[in-house]
Amino acid sequence: MRTRRWLPYALLIPGILWLAIFFIAPMFNLGATSLYDPNGSLDTGYRMTFHVANYGDALSQYYPQFLRSFSYAGIATISALIIAYPLAYAIAFKSGRWKNFLLVLVIAPFFTSFLVRTLAWTAILGDNSTFVHFLHTIHLLGPQGRILATPVAVITGLTYNFLPFMTLPLYASLEKIDPRLIEASSDLYASAFTGFRKVTVPLSLPGVVAGTLLTFIPASGDYINATLLGQGARTSMIGNVIDSAFLVRLAYPLAAALSFMLMAAIVGIVIFYIRRAGTEELV
Amino acid sequence: MPTATSTRSPSQPVLKTPSQIHRARVWFRSHLILLVGIVVLGYMFLPVFVVVALSFNEPKSRLTYTFDKFTFNNWLHPCQVGDMCTAVGTSLKIGILATIGATLIGTLMAFAIVRHRFRGRAVTNLLVFLPMASPEVVMGSSLLTLFVAAKFPLGFWTILIAHIMFCISFVVVTVKARLAGLDPRLEQAAMDLYADEWQTFRRITLPLVMPGIVSAALLAFSLSFDDFIVTNFNSGSTVTFPMFVWGAAQRGIPPQVNVIGTAMFLFALTLVLISQLLGARRRRRLG
Amino acid sequence: MAQAESVGGDLQLVHLTKMFATFTAVDDLNLVIPKGSFFALLGPSGCGKTTTLRMVAGLEEPTSGQIMIGEKDISFERPYRRPVNTVFQSYALFPHLDIFENVAFGLRRRKVKEVKSQVEAILSLVELDGFARRMPAQLSGGQQQRVALARALINKPEVLLLDEPLGALDLKLRRQMQIELKRIQVEVGITFVHVTHDQEEAMTMADTIAVMNGGKVEQMGSPTELYENPRTTFVANFLGQSNLISGKVFERSDDLGVELYGNRIRVPRSRTSSNSDSLWVGVRPEKINITLADRPIPAANVIPGVVTDASYIGVSTQYLVKTAWSEELMVFEQNLLNSGARPGDSVNLSWDPAHTFALDANQDVDAGVEVPEADS
Repeated sequence: MRTRRWLPYALLIPGILWLAIFFIAPMFNLGATSLYDPNGSLDTGYRMTFHVANYGDALSQYYPQFLRSFSYAGIATISALIIAYPLAYAIAFKSGRWKNFLLVLVIAPFFTSFLVRTLAWTAILGDNSTFVHFLHTIHLLGPQGRILATPVAVITGLTYNFLPFMTLPLYASLEKIDPRLIEASSDLYASAFTGFRKVTVPLSLPGVVAGTLLTFIPASGDYINATLLGQGARTSMIGNVIDSAFLVRLAYPLAAALSFMLMAAIVGIVIFYIRRAGTEELV
Repeated sequence: MPTATSTRSPSQPVLKTPSQIHRARVWFRSHLILLVGIVVLGYMFLPVFVVVALSFNEPKSRLTYTFDKFTFNNWLHPCQVGDMCTAVGTSLKIGILATIGATLIGTLMAFAIVRHRFRGRAVTNLLVFLPMASPEVVMGSSLLTLFVAAKFPLGFWTILIAHIMFCISFVVVTVKARLAGLDPRLEQAAMDLYADEWQTFRRITLPLVMPGIVSAALLAFSLSFDDFIVTNFNSGSTVTFPMFVWGAAQRGIPPQVNVIGTAMFLFALTLVLISQLLGARRRRRLG
Repeated sequence: MAQAESVGGDLQLVHLTKMFATFTAVDDLNLVIPKGSFFALLGPSGCGKTTTLRMVAGLEEPTSGQIMIGEKDISFERPYRRPVNTVFQSYALFPHLDIFENVAFGLRRRKVKEVKSQVEAILSLVELDGFARRMPAQLSGGQQQRVALARALINKPEVLLLDEPLGALDLKLRRQMQIELKRIQVEVGITFVHVTHDQEEAMTMADTIAVMNGGKVEQMGSPTELYENPRTTFVANFLGQSNLISGKVFERSDDLGVELYGNRIRVPRSRTSSNSDSLWVGVRPEKINITLADRPIPAANVIPGVVTDASYIGVSTQYLVKTAWSEELMVFEQNLLNSGARPGDSVNLSWDPAHTFALDANQDVDAGVEVPEADS
């Protein structure tokens, strides 16, 4: 058969061009913007002065928001893992012929708009909600205590909103496990819990890695939950800062430096994490 | 029937049935995880119930977000609030165009990656993966700096460009998965039976990959329709539905927002259930 | 953790029954498997052999009945507390652990000391020295099979269960592993319970075979006993092939006189498993002499017929011979004594009364014929 060498390139050109112009080029432009002279403005234009100090300024001013973003996202990721694992496990091993139906149910809640369902959480966690009254009654929360406008509310929202990104990869890797392996472990003197720890968990590790990344990355850049559920500067995340620096204060060089650092930090975390998980997989 | 077994009988009477308590414990042990799973599903549906309930709410003031009084009014007059339906219309328009664009571009890419060996495959895969691994704020803000630098006016078209950009990767991944699961011998068999490349593609490959393309398109549409962060950076004065909700959250939320939320949920659920049923029928037919 | 402390003794299944919804997979099974024997459960798919094995392993709970090892009742013991290990069908090796860790898995769970020396010893028993640090995916089917065996054996169980252990191997390798398994069993002296649908595999390895059908044991005995003297049509057809001819008893003396469509033949009483007067008279195809009609007849039981088909297959020639009542009988003639019979020739089929067996006529004559060889 005659091979057409040009064919793959022809198929790729539209996609590669689109991504190069609207994803890669903007990243470089963002990098460039972050080095502009901060004294310019959108009207007068910015001068390129390789002003590296933008990064120092951004970091010293906003490191609390950076730390907050990563810790909120980290806690939300771990919570999502704890919530999603039993669900994915039940669907993979215990659902029989209801498997497909249950998978639909997992994604169904996320068909409602992201913002609308986050607003629903403001009703669930609001000061006059049944849930908060209940917490008052059992004295888990002081009489003046609130959930809304606290870090707990933001983390609750982040956990909830990115749950499918955790559940689906977990399910995919659990579903591939041959149930006979678990039988084999119990035949070889492993109790149900030991079998889970020594066989199921290590074999589902690729799903855990994929799920945690897919949850952590969007959660650390998110600012919808912080705005709607956190409702104030005490819970504002790095996304809030970048948004207002670009769109309200129009401080482009500073905003670009923040945005660029977020990207760099995430790339760093991802690489570190994949390396670690990769070596653990072999142990 | 002669069986050659002589039972060396143990001392007790032999027929032994496990106790009820033992049975209950076994049942509980094997169903515990399923019960936990159902509780988690309940948690996932909690906000949906709230959205549905609030779509029938007549709030005392626009600034409260609690259930006050039952009404059908929001469903009967969804467009009572100025601008909301315009925003939904804009979102639909952008969603449909972005879906068409991203599905076309992404499907072509997926075919190239799965079906062809070429130089630069690894780089291409990385290029596809990166947008999925980038936080939306970074994508949105970097694109904004580009449009500003190029003096490109922000609005409908910049939103569309951005949406196509972040949908492409998801389309590629979805179609790729379907294509990779396709037995290449089917295509070889078609060529053996006198179909040329184009006919093989048209009659064999495309129909078999179609379910993958359809789910990719559905995914692209829901990503586009639901996007807030990237849109927020590149919208200029154009208002999509999520942006309308964002604005309303500062000024007071009209209950009609929940009508749209409920309708989206029902519409998507119906669509998915239909496709599941069709898929099940198809699988039965194909054996 | 229950170490396989020496409870010792035979494996006994007492009135063992397993029902799934409305289907009875194992029906009131009674078996005694002597300690140290190589025992095979043989039967077609769906006969209940795998369910029986899984109940012994603890992976399935009996609906009623008991499983005993020696004097200890293990019927409802958790799988990981039983002195029983399994070689799983298609092995179930842990893909994320190397060979060493796969084999050491059971020892580590029981917190046994000196793991390394034991693993090395068992790997050398199955001739896999030097493979300890490979991953399962890097091994061939035969090697994986040995790892699965080593992983179970290292725990020195009272009973080793083998679930179609050679099913995934090709024919040549299967033969080789049959001999190997037998050698290892003799060497370690552990009770092996082997589940298979392959009669040749069962006969090569086992001391005792129980043929199962429909959740029950049809017949149990040594391979020779089962083959030479089957007691049901199912066993007669499932183990090798049999010619079964309908007959009526006309005389009872030291042996039985049976008339087969006008031909009178003799059957020893010891080879008759029914008191009824109507019987299935059976004879194995290789026990029959085939001689042209005008030649002397070498044996006492005789039936005339006409050759309809002859296939030369190397070790033997296989004939189909049509009788006067239109039944086609099968004859395997060793290619040492060539009768020269060709299709269309009139022949006499004759055999020794000692090679004849008789079964109750109240059974399906085709039971056990052409059972599809599928995994159960």
